[in-house]
Amino acid sequence: MNPVEVQNLTVAYQKKPVLKNVSFTVPEGKLIGIIGPNGAGKSTLIKAVLGMIPKATGEVRVYDKLYRAKERVVGYVPQRGSVDWDFPTNALDVVLMGRYGHIGWFKRPGKKDKELALNCLEKVGMQEYATRQISQLSGGQQQRVFLARALAQDAKIYFMDEPFVGVDAATERAIIELLNELKQQGKTVLVVHHDLQTVKDYFDHVILLNINVIAEGPTEDTFTLKNLHQTYGGTLAFLEKGDILVGQK
Amino acid sequence: MDDVIKISLADANTQWVLLGTILLGISSGVLGSIALLRKQSLIGDAVAHASLPGICVTFLLLGEKSLFPLLIGAAISGLLATFCIQAISSYSIIKEDTAIGLVLSVFFGLGIVLLTKVSQSSVGNKSGLNDFIFGQAAALVGSDVKLMAGAAALLTVITWLLFKELKVLTFDPEFAKGLGLPTKLLNFVFLTLLVSAIVVGIQAVGVILMAAMLITPAISARYWTDSLARMIVLSGVFGAISGVFGTIFSTFGTGLATGPFIVVTATFIFFISLLFAPERGLLTKWVKRLRLNKRLQHELVLRKEGKSYQ
Repeated sequence: MNPVEVQNLTVAYQKKPVLKNVSFTVPEGKLIGIIGPNGAGKSTLIKAVLGMIPKATGEVRVYDKLYRAKERVVGYVPQRGSVDWDFPTNALDVVLMGRYGHIGWFKRPGKKDKELALNCLEKVGMQEYATRQISQLSGGQQQRVFLARALAQDAKIYFMDEPFVGVDAATERAIIELLNELKQQGKTVLVVHHDLQTVKDYFDHVILLNINVIAEGPTEDTFTLKNLHQTYGGTLAFLEKGDILVGQK
Repeated sequence: MDDVIKISLADANTQWVLLGTILLGISSGVLGSIALLRKQSLIGDAVAHASLPGICVTFLLLGEKSLFPLLIGAAISGLLATFCIQAISSYSIIKEDTAIGLVLSVFFGLGIVLLTKVSQSSVGNKSGLNDFIFGQAAALVGSDVKLMAGAAALLTVITWLLFKELKVLTFDPEFAKGLGLPTKLLNFVFLTLLVSAIVVGIQAVGVILMAAMLITPAISARYWTDSLARMIVLSGVFGAISGVFGTIFSTFGTGLATGPFIVVTATFIFFISLLFAPERGLLTKWVKRLRLNKRLQHELVLRKEGKSYQ
């Protein structure tokens, strides 16, 4: 049983397809990188899979069942810039939002939820900031709060949209450690990623995306110069150093 | 002047009016703070203006001025306006702010045209219909206030029940969707609550100034707290205070419209908040910076002196 199976997914804004006939299967208990240039549809892919935007065609199966958000097996970390950080709330409150799906309508988070949320903040090294107003957190700290909120969702599969953007080296290391920890617990983590240099170090499995899936599979076999050229159009200057990136020199 | 207040406050009708404006202050404060955070304050303005044609059409159909049906008419045309705004901004290249401007002016213009028609026609007792423009709380009678009280209480309770859902929907709508919340339904529910809060207030505050009752108490409350729950409560309190004092001030003269006085009171509270709120207030910030500068200068002087002794 595969955690995520996508078949013939097409998404269009207005008439132009943003994703076309995307199909892939995700193996369980792995760290998976979704890689591609700007406008390749990486964020769109995540949102379409999670049912946040409508699909033109296609099917998403999670553990062999058609995906419904209510089942709460999937956790989500959106891009940090997608919300207004001046919202009147503190870090703990944001993490508690991860519990809302479990709590149910009309009820308030209880003591157990708060303990769990504090625990999640601790896992990302943010326990001291629990009562801090979120606008007073640094970019890296805000990203960690989002991660903690996803942890509080207590899901089996995690989708993360560029969690490494705009964070310092220490936070990046903390995040990748956390992702590895999730992997050890048998969870499946899909990460939209930009930095080609770290792909080999971070991910077991990659999906190279540019409107279509160019290639997918274990990083060693898939993250090759040829596939990168195909994904990025082969014209970009940095790809001249591509052989270093994929370690094929 | 004290005598005037005593006399007018002892009057049973004034008490009803006061209660009415307190309640509308609470409900518009509560819903206004969520609307503010959702960046929907201007939609509130459009809804308020757009309720006028609904009021006029209902009056023309019924031929009498009875509050409940008039408010239903107002709510229908207010909701219709929000749908027009959403349809225009999602099915054309026109952006939301332009769509709001368009819809607001078209509906309000239509309302004024209908109002002129009403005043020229011979239909029933039309006195007081003009009051919907600037608000005339004094025109409220006991049964009106009971209706407003019921509606305001219901709105506040629903908001309290849906607090958690509205919070995540406002902060991070995509995440809310990811949690499996029916975000479309919740958006519609909130919009209905907002329209109802506006409609409850138009009799006392008037369609032109109603938006101020959504925005001003909410933004004032934001200055005092960083917690959403506290902001909502405080906004309701500020709304209620504005209602009380606005009503009292407007009773000093005969025939004064209530709405402007309520809004002026709310604005006064806003200026106090803007200047004196802890952490965020301008004056507080200024004093803090002054103290910090002084301390830094002091330290600098000490350091220099220390060096010169060496």
